[in-house]
Amino acid sequence: MKTYMRPMTGWWRRNPFYLWYTLREWSSFFLTAYALVLLYGLARLSEGEAQYEAWRASLASPGSLVFHAAALLLVLYHAWTWFKVMHKTLPFLRLGGRRVPDPAIFGSGVASAVVLSLLLLWVLA
Amino acid sequence: MKRSNRPIFWSLFGAGGMLSALVGPMLIFITGIAVPLGLLVPRETMSYERMLAFAQNGFAKIAILAVIGLFLFHGLHRIYHCLHELGLPLGHGWMAVLHGLAAVGTLAAAYLLTVIG
Repeated sequence: MKTYMRPMTGWWRRNPFYLWYTLREWSSFFLTAYALVLLYGLARLSEGEAQYEAWRASLASPGSLVFHAAALLLVLYHAWTWFKVMHKTLPFLRLGGRRVPDPAIFGSGVASAVVLSLLLLWVLA
Repeated sequence: MKRSNRPIFWSLFGAGGMLSALVGPMLIFITGIAVPLGLLVPRETMSYERMLAFAQNGFAKIAILAVIGLFLFHGLHRIYHCLHELGLPLGHGWMAVLHGLAAVGTLAAAYLLTVIG
């Protein structure tokens, strides 16, 4: 049986909000690809030094750098929106009998991300 | 009544979203930009010896598995919805395929982490 499907071509260009939404959704492709890059690196690591070093050299190629720069921007935007909607995706949080206000949930999310990220950089640098 | 599998995959999607929101950008920056260019972080940070020792540490194994596995579950789950929104409705069978791929990737990572020792 063939059912009617509402045409959807170009809907995401009609409104700036949809455009930003679509841009954010693209982070899922980049995040998946990044996980595969790491998985491939892990496989090379298990094979030995020469194979691992070849993978590491490929990370410094222009194509890889452009990919990671794009992934960084999109995943950063994903992170921002993830915390932005967290007051809707989490169950109501109560502190001292009162509901935690939405900006506090957003703020603590961003603050945790910043602290964890700086900690990661500090440990390695 | 047949029980829904949604809570399981929804949790994996949520955990992956949270982990990627907390450390995703910094991880991408460190492994994909900073270390290859020797920017802020020395290049030897990801030398063979250091990464091998890292992957042989028990806590690091859990962290590596969490990053690869949860990023895959989160990313592939959202790719399904993203394609639907762009006019390519795949249907529930494909959702199972994408979750299956995420599971295969996670198992592959777990296998490699045990092989590394």
